[in-house]
Amino acid sequence: MADPFVTHGTTEAPAPVAAPGRTGRGRTGPPLAALARLAGRRALAAVPVLTVVTLGMFAVAAASPFDPVRQYIGSDGLGASQDTLDTLRERLAASGTFAEQWWAWLRSALTGDLGQSLTLRQPVTEVIAERAGWSLLLCGLAFLISLTLGTTLGVLAARRPGSVLDRCVSSLSYLLQAAPPFWLALLAIWLFALQLGVLPAGGLTDTGSDTVTAGSLLRHLTLPVAVLAVSQLPWFVLYTRQGVLDALHEDPVRGARARGIDERTVLLGHALRSGLLPVLTLIGTRVPELITGALLVETVFSWPGMASATVRAATAADFPLLAALTVISALAVLAGNLLADLLYGLADPRVDPDQM
Amino acid sequence: MTSTRPRPTDNGPRRPRDTTRRGTRTVRVWTSAALAAAAALAALLVPLLAPLDQQAVDLTAKLLAPSADHPFGTDELGRDILLRSVHGLRVSLLVGITAALVASVLGLLIGAAAGALGGRTDRLVMRAVDTFTAVPHLLMGIFIVAMFRPGIWPVIASVGLTHWVSTARIVRAEVLSLRSRPYIDAAVSGGASRLRVARRHLVPAVLPQAGLAAVLMVPHAIWHESALSFLGLGIPAHQASLGTMINGARGSLLTGEWWPTLFPGLFIVVPTLAIAGLAGAWRERINPRRRSELVL
Repeated sequence: MADPFVTHGTTEAPAPVAAPGRTGRGRTGPPLAALARLAGRRALAAVPVLTVVTLGMFAVAAASPFDPVRQYIGSDGLGASQDTLDTLRERLAASGTFAEQWWAWLRSALTGDLGQSLTLRQPVTEVIAERAGWSLLLCGLAFLISLTLGTTLGVLAARRPGSVLDRCVSSLSYLLQAAPPFWLALLAIWLFALQLGVLPAGGLTDTGSDTVTAGSLLRHLTLPVAVLAVSQLPWFVLYTRQGVLDALHEDPVRGARARGIDERTVLLGHALRSGLLPVLTLIGTRVPELITGALLVETVFSWPGMASATVRAATAADFPLLAALTVISALAVLAGNLLADLLYGLADPRVDPDQM
Repeated sequence: MTSTRPRPTDNGPRRPRDTTRRGTRTVRVWTSAALAAAAALAALLVPLLAPLDQQAVDLTAKLLAPSADHPFGTDELGRDILLRSVHGLRVSLLVGITAALVASVLGLLIGAAAGALGGRTDRLVMRAVDTFTAVPHLLMGIFIVAMFRPGIWPVIASVGLTHWVSTARIVRAEVLSLRSRPYIDAAVSGGASRLRVARRHLVPAVLPQAGLAAVLMVPHAIWHESALSFLGLGIPAHQASLGTMINGARGSLLTGEWWPTLFPGLFIVVPTLAIAGLAGAWRERINPRRRSELVL
C-alpha cells in the first residue's frame, strides 16, 4: 500500500528468473505442470495462515467484554434459569477456553455448519448463500470496469508523459486515491439520485416492490458499481502508466524504434507486453482493497451483499457471522494472490513457477 | 516486488520530463508543505484560536447553507461545520499519528529483527506477514473494534496492530540488501562489533526508508479511522471526527443539503494529498531513480 510497486503477493523478493538452460531450449507452451505444483504449494501454505487467522479471531473474541449468550437471548434472558443459559451456551459453542471453542467451530465448519447468526437469527451458511451472489455481481462488474478503463487511461497517459491528457489522468488518480469511497458514494447519491434524479439512491428494488427485474436491477446496480470501480481506478491507471513508461525505455523498445517500426506498433506490440506485467499482478492482489471498498460501498447503498452483512454483524458484535465472513475474505485474498502468481507465471516466460 | 524486469531507468538516459517539469514539481512541494502546515497548525491551535464550543447546539441555525457567518454552513443541530471539521481533523490527526507511530515502530523492530537475524526468525516473521496480509486491514480493524466498545484506543490499536506489515517488509528488504554489501563485510572483517555495525551502517541506511513509510502511514491511518468511524465502529458519534461527521450528515444529504457531507470529506482529502506530495518529494531525494507515486 505504501508503494504501488510493492504488491500484496506472498512472494516479495524479486521472482527468480528461469535458469538459462530452460529458456535456452525455448519454452513452447505454458508450463502447466509447474503452475499446478505452484498452486499445490500455495494451497498447503494457506493451511497455517487460515489456522492462525481463525485462532486469532477466537482469541480476540475471548478477550471481548461481550457475552454471546446474553446477546443471543437479549431481554428474554432476564428471567432465564442458569440451566437454560448453560444449554444455550453449549449450543452456541461458547463454553470452554477459546482454543476449545475454536476446535469445536473448526470441526463443525468443516462439515459445512458455520453456526447461527446472533442478529439475523438464521444459519450463517444461509446468510452467505443469500448474499454471496449480490456481492460477487457488484465486485466483479466494478473490477472489470476498473481494469479495462484503468489500463486504457494508463496507456494513453504513458504515451505522451507530461501532456495535458497525462496531467489530467494522473491528477485525477491522485485525487481519487485520497478520497474515501464512502464519501464519493454519498456525493454520487447527492448528484445522481437527488439533484438529477436519474438513479436510485440505494437498495435492490424500488420502494413498494419486492421482485427484482432486470431493468430495476440495472438501475440499482449502476451507482454502487460505478463508485466501487472509480475508487479502484487509480491503482490500475498509475501501475499501467508507470509500467508502460518504464517499458518505453527498455532495450526491445529502443531496438524497435531504431529499426524504424512505427510508434503504434512499438507501443502496442513491444511496450505493452512488458509494461502490463505489473498490472497482471495487480489483478490478483487487489482483492483486499476490493473487499475494503465493498465494505464501505455496500453499506452506503444498502446493497444486500456479504460486505454490508459484515458491517451489520460488527456493529452488533455478532461473532459467528463476522467470523465466517472474515474467513471467506481471507480465502478470497489467498485465492487472489495465487491467481496473481499463476497469471505471472503464464505471461512471463522469464519466470520459473517452481522458484516462486 | 514481484517484478522481474530489469529496471531500465537504472542506466537508461535521463528522461527529458525530469528536467522540464522541475518547476511544476517545486510548486507542488511548496503547496503541499503549506497545506500540511496549515492543517497541522489549525488542528493544534483551534482550542486557542476559536474558544467557541464546537458541540454548541443551536436549533434556530440548523442546516444553514455556507455564508459569511458560517463559511462551510451548519449541520443538522446548528453546529458550525468549519469549526467541527477542524476539531474532527484534530482527533483524526491524533489517531492517525499515534497509530502510524505504533505501526512504524512495530514494523521497524520486526523487520530489522527478521532481516538481521535471518533463519528461523525471518521465516516466522514472513509467515506472520502472510497471515496479516490475508485479511483486508479494514476488515481486521472492524473485527477488533467490533469485539470491544468503540472509542479512540480500540481504533488506534486496530490500525496500529494491522499496519506494521508494510514497514516491516520495507525494513527487512533494506537490511537484507545491506547485509550483502562489501562495506559491511569490510567493517566486520575490520573487527567492528555487531552493535557498531548496526549503529554506524544499518541504522543510518534504514531510517530514511522507515521514516518515509511512517509519514505515508499517517494519511493511511486517518483514512482507516474515518472509515471505521463512518461505519459507526470507531470514534463515538458525539465526538467530532471526520468519519462520524460524514456519517451524521447522511440524513441531511437525503434532504438535499450537501455541505455537511462535502466539507468534512475535503478535510480528509486535502491533508492526504499534502502529506503524499511531501512524502513523494522526500522519496525522490532518497531514491531518485524511481519517480514517486502515491501512496495509500
